[in-house]
Amino acid sequence: MVMTIDAKGMYYRELNKMIRTAIEEGETEFVLDNINGQRYIGDAIKAKAKITIHGTPGNDMAVFMNGPTIEVFANGQDGIANTMNSGEIIIHGMVGDVIGYGMRGGKLMIKGDVGYRVGIHMKEYKTQVPVIVAGGCAGDFYGEYMAGGVMILLGLGAGEDKPIAGDYLGTGMHGGVIFLRGKVEEYQLGAEVAVMELDEKDLKLVTTYVTEWCEHFGHDVDEIMSRPFIKLKAVSSRPYGNLYAY
Amino acid sequence: MATELSPVSQIPPEFHVKVDHDQCRKCKRCVLNCSFGCMQFKDKVTPDHSKCVACHRCTTFCPENAISITDHPMVYKENANWTERIRQNTLKQAETGGILLTGMGNPKPYPILWDHLLIDACQVTNPSIDPLREPMELRTFLGSKPDKLEFERDEHNNVRLKTQLAPHIQLDIPVIFAAMSYGAVSHNVHKSLAIAANKMGTLMNTGEGGLHEDLYPYSGRIMVQVASGRFGVHSDYLKAGAAVEIKIGQGAKPGIGGHLPGEKVGLEISKTRMIPVGTDALSPAPHHDIYSIEDLSQLIFAIKEATDYMKPVSVKIAAVHNVAAIASGIVRAGADIVTIDGFRGGTGATPAIIRDNVGIPIELALAAVDQRLRDEGIRNQASLVCAGSIREAADVAKAIALGADACVIGTAALIALGCRVCQKCYTGNCAWGIATQRPELTRRLDPDVGSQRLCNLLTAWKHELQEVLGSLGVNSIESLRGSRERLRGIGLDKETLEILGVKPAGVGM
Amino acid sequence: MRCNTRIPSGCAISGMMCESGDRVDGSAIIKSIALMHDRSNGLGGGFAAYGIYPRRADQYAFHMMFDDFAAKENFDEYVKDHFIVERDEVIPTSPFGNITSPPVLWRYFLNVDEKKLEFVEDREYVVNKVMEINSNVPGAFVSSSGKNMGAFKGVGYPEDIGHFYKLEEYKGYIWTSHGRFPTNTPGWWGGAHPFGLLDWSIVHNGEISSYGINKRYLEMFGYKLELRTDTEVVAYLFDLLVRRQNLPMELAVKALSAPFWDNIDRMEPHTKELMTAIRMVYGGALLNGPYSIILGHSRGMMGLNDRIKLRPMTCGRKDDMLYMASEESAIREIEPDLDTVWSPKAGEAVVGTLNGEVE
Repeated sequence: MVMTIDAKGMYYRELNKMIRTAIEEGETEFVLDNINGQRYIGDAIKAKAKITIHGTPGNDMAVFMNGPTIEVFANGQDGIANTMNSGEIIIHGMVGDVIGYGMRGGKLMIKGDVGYRVGIHMKEYKTQVPVIVAGGCAGDFYGEYMAGGVMILLGLGAGEDKPIAGDYLGTGMHGGVIFLRGKVEEYQLGAEVAVMELDEKDLKLVTTYVTEWCEHFGHDVDEIMSRPFIKLKAVSSRPYGNLYAY
Repeated sequence: MATELSPVSQIPPEFHVKVDHDQCRKCKRCVLNCSFGCMQFKDKVTPDHSKCVACHRCTTFCPENAISITDHPMVYKENANWTERIRQNTLKQAETGGILLTGMGNPKPYPILWDHLLIDACQVTNPSIDPLREPMELRTFLGSKPDKLEFERDEHNNVRLKTQLAPHIQLDIPVIFAAMSYGAVSHNVHKSLAIAANKMGTLMNTGEGGLHEDLYPYSGRIMVQVASGRFGVHSDYLKAGAAVEIKIGQGAKPGIGGHLPGEKVGLEISKTRMIPVGTDALSPAPHHDIYSIEDLSQLIFAIKEATDYMKPVSVKIAAVHNVAAIASGIVRAGADIVTIDGFRGGTGATPAIIRDNVGIPIELALAAVDQRLRDEGIRNQASLVCAGSIREAADVAKAIALGADACVIGTAALIALGCRVCQKCYTGNCAWGIATQRPELTRRLDPDVGSQRLCNLLTAWKHELQEVLGSLGVNSIESLRGSRERLRGIGLDKETLEILGVKPAGVGM
Repeated sequence: MRCNTRIPSGCAISGMMCESGDRVDGSAIIKSIALMHDRSNGLGGGFAAYGIYPRRADQYAFHMMFDDFAAKENFDEYVKDHFIVERDEVIPTSPFGNITSPPVLWRYFLNVDEKKLEFVEDREYVVNKVMEINSNVPGAFVSSSGKNMGAFKGVGYPEDIGHFYKLEEYKGYIWTSHGRFPTNTPGWWGGAHPFGLLDWSIVHNGEISSYGINKRYLEMFGYKLELRTDTEVVAYLFDLLVRRQNLPMELAVKALSAPFWDNIDRMEPHTKELMTAIRMVYGGALLNGPYSIILGHSRGMMGLNDRIKLRPMTCGRKDDMLYMASEESAIREIEPDLDTVWSPKAGEAVVGTLNGEVE
C-alpha cells in the first residue's frame, strides 16, 4: 500500500506526525504531493521506508534520518541530510547550503548544483561511510572539515575552463576523499588538502557511484567517466600540530 | 670643590647570586657571559652581588643549572612610604649628585587599562567564524584615505578609479616594530628587525640614528625617522624608506631630548649617523625648526617634496594631557600617520623622573584621539598607530577595537630577541647583544636566529588575533577596528569608561 | 516606549519586483512571507511597497508612528513649520486578532518649500528632518519617507501585520517583506523592519557583527543611529555611499560585502586597483557577519549576501518578475512555475531594475 498525502498548505508538524504514525503502523511507502517548504521531512525516522516528494521540501530534510529512502522531484533547500545516519536521498534538482553537515552514513544523490559548505564535517566510522554525489557545481567551502566519507562532484554544465567548485575547497579536511570531475585552481584549495591522481581502486569506486547516479538521473556513464577526475585528500590527519605553544 | 666621598657605596645590592658549588664544574661560561662584571673566578665562581642586574645570561648558559638569582635578602625596616627603591635612589643621588638614569618602560604599578578591558564573542544570534578553515584577514593599509572615492568610465564603459589615492603601506599584520635607533641597539638588532619585517610583511623603524648601508636592501619595509638630531638624514635615506616618520616625542621621555654617549659612536655608527667617531650624539629636546604646528606642516611638506609625495609621512608624539587636540592639529598639518606613544613606552636611556611620571596611558590617549578625529570628521585622513607597551596580542586586539590602525612593539620584540627587561640599556653592557655596541657582545645576537624568533612571535600573534576575530564573528580586521561595542570595561570608573567609549561589563548592547 | 538597546534577531525575508513596472497587490507577498512563519516569532513583521501612491508620486510620503495623539499634535506643529503638507490622513487598518496596541498610524504627503532649499538639496533636507524628528520630536517616529512608497510594519507575525494594514488593497511594482525573530520583546512598533529612509528600504536577515564600527563610521558623516538596529545601519550606508557619494550601486555593494584580499590579488590590474581602493577607503562600511538583505528603492530591488554566505537567499525569475527570499519554497508558494531559480554567490548582488514605466 502506498500512502499518498496532499500536503498543500499543511503545517510540517501535522505532516510529519502523519508519516511517523503511519510508519509505526507498518506503512513503508509514501507519496507526498504539493509539498512546499515543510521542514524536517524524514527527521530521525528509523525504518525502511520510501518517501517520494513532489514539490520543494523545507529545511533540514532527513535530519538525523536513519534508514528511509527519500526521492524529491524538485529542488531541495538548506540543511539536507544534517547529521544523517543512514538511508538514501535522491534529489532531481539542485540544493541549497550546508548539505550533509556531520553526515555519518547513507547516500545523497543530487542531480544539479549544490550550495555553500556541502559535506561539512562529514565523518565515517567503521562500516559507516557517507556518500554525496552531485551532478553540477559547488559553492565555497565544499568538504570543509571533512573527516570521512566520499564526495563526488561531476561539474556537468560547468564548461571547460570554469572551476567546478568554489574557494576554500576542502579547508580543514582531515579525512575522507573528494573526487572532482573537472578543474580547480591551486588557490582554491584549503591548506590541508593535496591533489592526487586516482588509482585503480579509486576509479572503481567512482564508477560504481557514478553508475548509480546515472541510473537515477539518466546520464551516460561512459560519457561522464570519459573526462578525467582528480582526487583530493587530506595531507595530514592532524593539520594543526604546530599551531600551539605549550 | 666637592668633597671626595668614600669609594665604598652604601647602597645595598639589589640581587643575590647563588652558585651551587656542588653542581658547578668550573667551566667559567658564566664568567665569560657576564657583561656586567658580576661573575668572577677566584678558585671558584664568586659573584659580586652588587653588580648583578638579573639579566639571566649566566643562568641561561650554565650547563649545570647551578646558578640562581634572587632578590637580595637584605631587609629594610618596613615602610610603605619610604620604599626600598626610594631609599636606594636617595642614597645613589647622595653619592653622585646625578639625575637617575634608567632604561626600558615605566615599571611603576599604574593601572594597566588593557587588563581592564574584555572582548566580546558570538553566541547563537550570530555565528563565530573558524579562523583555521575560513578566511581571516588582517591586511591593513597605513596612510591617508579620502572620505569618498570617485569613479569614471573609460572608452569601453568600464568603471575606473578617478580618485588619486595618497601613498600607503600595506601591512600583513597590524603590528609594526618600534623606532629603536642604531646606537641605542646593535646593528644585529636592526638587521633582525629588518629581515623579520620583510618576511612578515610589516615595518621596522630606524629610530633617529639613520640607516646602515647594509640594510638598504630591506628598506621597502623600513620606516625612516627624522628626529631633532637629524642623524643620518639625507635625501637617499628619505627616498629609501617605505615611509618617513617625524619624531616629536617618545612615551618614555616626552619633551626631552636624547644623548648617545661618544664611547658608543664607533666607526659604523659614525658612518650611519654621519658624525665623527667618538663624538656625543645629542638630540635636542625640540626640533629647532618646529616651534609651532604650522612649522610641523612645513617640515611634513618638505619631506613630501623630497620624496615626491610617494611616501606616507608619520608624526610620532608622546601621549600627553592634550593629546587629542595635538593629534588633530597633526592631521590637519598633513600627516598621513599619527603615531602615539603612551607613557609606558620603552627607551634606551631616560631620566627616571620623566619616564615614571610624565604622560598618560596609551589606552586613554588612543581612545581620546580616535574619538576626537571622528568628531571632527577627519579620522580617514590619517592612520592611527599606537605604541607604548603593547605586550601581547590581546593588547593589539583591544587597541584595534579602541580605534588603532596598527600597534607598535618595541620591548616585546626585544624580549623575543633575548632581552630580560633588566633596564640597564643605558650602560651599554647588554649581555644579550641588544642594547650595546661592544663587538664581543653584539655578536651574541645572530640576525638569522633573531629574525626567526621575531617571525615566530608575530606568527603566533597573527594566529591569536585571527582567533579573536573569529570568536567575534568577523573575518576582517577592519570590522574590529574602532568597534568599541565589542569591548567592555571591568573595574573602571565612569569617567574612564566614558573616555574609552566602552560600556561596563554586564551591560548588553 | 522606544527601545534604545540593540536587539539581535534572526529573520525571514522575501521580495518581489515587476521590472516592467506593472503593479500587483499585496496578497502575494503576504502569502510568501507567511510560508516562512517559523523563521519569525511574532515580535515583528513588515513590508515595503513601491508604486502605491501614483497620484501623489512626486510628494514625500511620510508614514508616521505616534505614541499617542498628543505626540501627533506636537508633530503637526513641527511638520507645518518645515514642510508643505499636501495631505494627511490616517493609515487605514483593520482590526486583526493578533495585533495589539498599535501606535497612532498616520501618513503625510509633503513637499519642501523652495525657500528652504537655498543651501541644501531637497533629499538632504528630508534626511536631516527625518533625523531631527526621530531624535527630537517626542513620541513621533518616521517609519518611511520616500516618494510613491511606504513601509508598513509592527509587532506581530508578518502575515498578521500585512492583513492589519490591508495590503491587499495597495498595488505596487516592488514588495519586500520581513518576519522577525528578535531575542527579546521590545514591544515597540518602530523597531520592526523594514527600515526606510527616503526611498531606501531594507529588509534584512541575520546580524551585522561589525555594527559597532559601522555605527561609528556613519556618525562621522552626521548620521544619528536612533534605532540601534543593524537594518538602520545598512540603510544609512546605502544612503551615504549611493546618494551622497554617488558610488555606482555595483561598487557600493563591493564596499559592503567586500571580496577577500586573496581574490582581489588575483584580479586584473584595473579591477584590483578599484577593489583595493574601495576596501582601503570604505573599511568602516564593510558589513561583517551573517546577513542577507533586500534593498528596495524606487528604480529597483537588490538582494545581497554576506561575504561567506552565512545566511540563505534564493532567487527566481518568471517573465518580468524577479523574486528573492530566504527559502525557495517562499517563492514557489506564489510562483510555482519559475523560468529560472538560483542561489546567488556570497557577496554577489542580484539586481532588479525598473526598465518600464510604472503603470
